[in-house]
Amino acid sequence: MSKVKPRGKVPKKATIDEVIEIKTLIRHPMHSGRMKDKDGKNIPRQIINSFKVDFEGKEIFKMKLEPSISTNPYIAFPYKAKKTGTFNFEWKDDSGNTYTMKRKMTVS
Amino acid sequence: MKTIKMINISRRNAIALMLGTAGYIMSSGIAFAGKEQVLKRIDEITKGKGTKELDIFLDLPEIAENGNQVKVNFEIESEMTKENYIKNVYILADGNPAPDVAKFSFTPDMGMCSATTRIRLSKTQNVVLVAENNKNEYFMTKSKVKVTIGGCGG
Repeated sequence: MSKVKPRGKVPKKATIDEVIEIKTLIRHPMHSGRMKDKDGKNIPRQIINSFKVDFEGKEIFKMKLEPSISTNPYIAFPYKAKKTGTFNFEWKDDSGNTYTMKRKMTVS
Repeated sequence: MKTIKMINISRRNAIALMLGTAGYIMSSGIAFAGKEQVLKRIDEITKGKGTKELDIFLDLPEIAENGNQVKVNFEIESEMTKENYIKNVYILADGNPAPDVAKFSFTPDMGMCSATTRIRLSKTQNVVLVAENNKNEYFMTKSKVKVTIGGCGG
């Protein structure tokens, strides 16, 4: 399996009450369990099944992913900037692996 | 050189063969979710309450050349305050092997209700969006996508 690598884009600076857009992407094959490999064998299901974002320990956004989500899941969502802090992103896959990423944002 | 054997097939046998082949294709093919299953799922989500009208902007391409990567973007008009906000958004598809595609959970901290992701569509089908607010009211919209090359594999 190729290496799973999360990536994210959060504005470094924002003004109070500004609605910013957060973009995330994680490199993951998202095997739906229906694909076949070269030898005609079924590739077992292996997907990212949940995504969660915390801001300073408070949950702000959550998503449940199903096999119908594309390879390398891309997720973008808005957030209303209130204060300076750190975003904590967390992805979980079927085999129980957790991938995390942190991003800081300064609000003035 | 190989010799090619000709098999005599009578008309009756030919029909039987055709029916058999069709049956085989149908039984071995992937079972798709279908409209009934999506309707059932909507009923499950809304707990039989039915849906109401609301301004929902669901952005999907009219024609998707590649069903493996179809961009979905939606925006729902909502105050996003603690008293009134969209709590959950479900994306369903009626032509994929399973009706569920994704579930988004929003909080009032987000300021607005919108999100973008990429989904797989195995064939031309309807993509349904069901939104739920904090007062347990449900809203629905759908959009048809023509798929040239299907995703999902198989």
